Amino acid sequence: MSVHDLSAAARPNAPTTTYRYDEFDADFVRERVAEFREQVRRRLEGSLTEDEFRPFRLMNGLYLQLHAYMLRVAIPYGTLTARQMRCLADIADRWDRGYGHFTTRQNLQYNWPKLIDTPDILDALADVEMHAIQTSGNCIRNVTADHFAGVAADEIEDPRATAEFLRQWSSLHPEFSFLPRKFKIAVTGATHDRAAILAHDIGLRILKNDAGDIGYQVMVGGGLGRSPFIGKIIRDFLPRADLLAYLEAIMRVYNRYGRRDNKYKARIKILVHEKGIEAIRDAVEKEFASMDRSVFSHDPEEFTRIAAYFAPPPYESLPAVSATLRAARNDNPALDNFVAVNVSPHREPGYAIVTVSLKPIGGIPGDATSAQMRTLADASERFGFGELRVSHEQNIILPHVKQDDLPALWRILDAAGLATANAGLISDIISCPGLDYCSLATARSIPIAQEISKRFSDMSRQRRIGKLGVKISGCINACGHHHIGAIGILGLEKKGQESYQITLGGDPTFSAAIGEIVGPGVGAEQVPDVIEHLVDFYLAEREEKETFIDTWRRVGHARFKDALRREGEDGAYI
Amino acid sequence: MALISDGRFVEDGWRRLADEEDLPKSGRIIVSLARLPHALEKLTPETSLGVLAPNTTEIDALATALPRLGLISIAFPAFADGRGFSLARLLRSAGFTGELRASGRLLADQYTHALGCGFDAIEIPDDLAARQDETQWRAARDAYSRTYQRGYISRGSILDARRKAAQ
Repeated sequence: MSVHDLSAAARPNAPTTTYRYDEFDADFVRERVAEFREQVRRRLEGSLTEDEFRPFRLMNGLYLQLHAYMLRVAIPYGTLTARQMRCLADIADRWDRGYGHFTTRQNLQYNWPKLIDTPDILDALADVEMHAIQTSGNCIRNVTADHFAGVAADEIEDPRATAEFLRQWSSLHPEFSFLPRKFKIAVTGATHDRAAILAHDIGLRILKNDAGDIGYQVMVGGGLGRSPFIGKIIRDFLPRADLLAYLEAIMRVYNRYGRRDNKYKARIKILVHEKGIEAIRDAVEKEFASMDRSVFSHDPEEFTRIAAYFAPPPYESLPAVSATLRAARNDNPALDNFVAVNVSPHREPGYAIVTVSLKPIGGIPGDATSAQMRTLADASERFGFGELRVSHEQNIILPHVKQDDLPALWRILDAAGLATANAGLISDIISCPGLDYCSLATARSIPIAQEISKRFSDMSRQRRIGKLGVKISGCINACGHHHIGAIGILGLEKKGQESYQITLGGDPTFSAAIGEIVGPGVGAEQVPDVIEHLVDFYLAEREEKETFIDTWRRVGHARFKDALRREGEDGAYI
Repeated sequence: MALISDGRFVEDGWRRLADEEDLPKSGRIIVSLARLPHALEKLTPETSLGVLAPNTTEIDALATALPRLGLISIAFPAFADGRGFSLARLLRSAGFTGELRASGRLLADQYTHALGCGFDAIEIPDDLAARQDETQWRAARDAYSRTYQRGYISRGSILDARRKAAQ
């Protein structure tokens, strides 16, 4: 049977190019929900104390936040079908407040569920082959991947097959569910890293060696948080057949030797930093060499089974350039801007990848209403084989849109408030929920993002500034990825006041770098001014076609610092 | 302490020997890791020996003793400290076939993890046993009909079931 049954693809709500559960996956997820329902019952009747219940609710995605519980739903490798997106909308309406928040780890968070309702929510998710397993807790978290997987022009192989293979392997792992700390894995199969793999506990880069075999470059010990580190190469080329065995070896070394005396030093990045990558590599290789690898002998055929689900959808043969689109762009400047900024090249002629920004000017980054979710689900069915993606930049991607259809799609998005043409621009801000929701936060994040966005509300100015990643975290745990923002903003609390530390030069790609602090912290109301001064300095200094980070690298951090300091001496704000 | 084996509370046939106590001439006794070399030396044929191992124990420290040990009890200083799971797994890989016991404030919710890694029995304090009865341990043991991992013990393997279904 072909994975891509054309009649199924034509049917409304049919999943197309992503993994589908077989009876065994379905049973497993149902059993997980039943187990959690029982855990909730035992918590309420007193068999489990709150301290005992905590790791189990976290491993099912349920946090206790500042005002309420928060449920984090896994969207493995960021891929959703239209049917799944509709289910997320229905849950938002039935059990939450009519919206959801897409996160930097390609998940979705509901901010107001009731504990007693969560087993029912998980059952509703299981109906559409979804779950909240391991979206939190000290276990292997939801595996993320390039949001342009399968459609990017620069791809060696679709990383989602690997991510799904790992999702299954890591689900309810008997040995690795009580790790020193959380563990995040990201995969990319492209030559440009859109999954920030060097900021993960394990980063996997799919490579083809000289013999033409596919394998992985394995990076370990990256991570953000209060001590940011860029991942280091532990294996240059790992044959695919050894993937699970090698990861098991890494996990075992980490589980045994990772620090447990201080939760802030418990991530694998600290183990790698303290022992050195050579010592960790030796320990992992020794463990790997001593393992009984016969249990992994069926991995290749299982991988092939999974990979078949990610076969390309039935594209039409189209000319590379759409005359319809060209004419429509000429007639409509707003469409023209949208296509210039939010549309990326697709590897199939005549198709395009569309980024739908969840960052309207002055809006809350990553939030979508149930109505918007349904609009996106409908649009994906009409224009894109019923498939959607969530990016770690907290946007939604329609990965297979015919260029001919872009004008019609744009009209639908525009009517739903989803056509903000700012993908990758200064107002496409990554932000954690911050003090408005989070119990860990030391400062607000969302209102800062909103103010910056409003300050740069002139879209032509944004386009003039060009690609610029602004990332905001409301505490040192760095959920907003501020360390790897070209401009990073970290909200702290100093003497009862919110204080924002600004860093420059962060980079989430293969040229990964941690941003450098530009000066003393500033108050919330001053942040937009500081950003504006930094941007103005860049615009004055930049040479042809340089992005913000290019200019920063060329002219150096010191001059950006000086630029701000001079402003300060003029009595401005520092 | 209460002992759970095969989903039931059972009598403990082993006795924990304090370091200052003399070695008995017969019976089943558990000694500390520090006392293990001495106990092995003095062991009578009528005595079965077990050891209480911290979860940081290196396999090399037990390697020569393994064939002569009837039981290894791995301490869980906190239920969320998962080092004992890896140690159990390593001991089984090293060929240990005696009783493997997890000792600490483990929860019924961790029973499948413990069994998966090769533990036979769980030893928990009485106050915990009072809150988490046999029914809860049995329900936890039977919560999953099949699991994904290879090389771990479970009621069923998803991979095997898939291969069988495809044939």
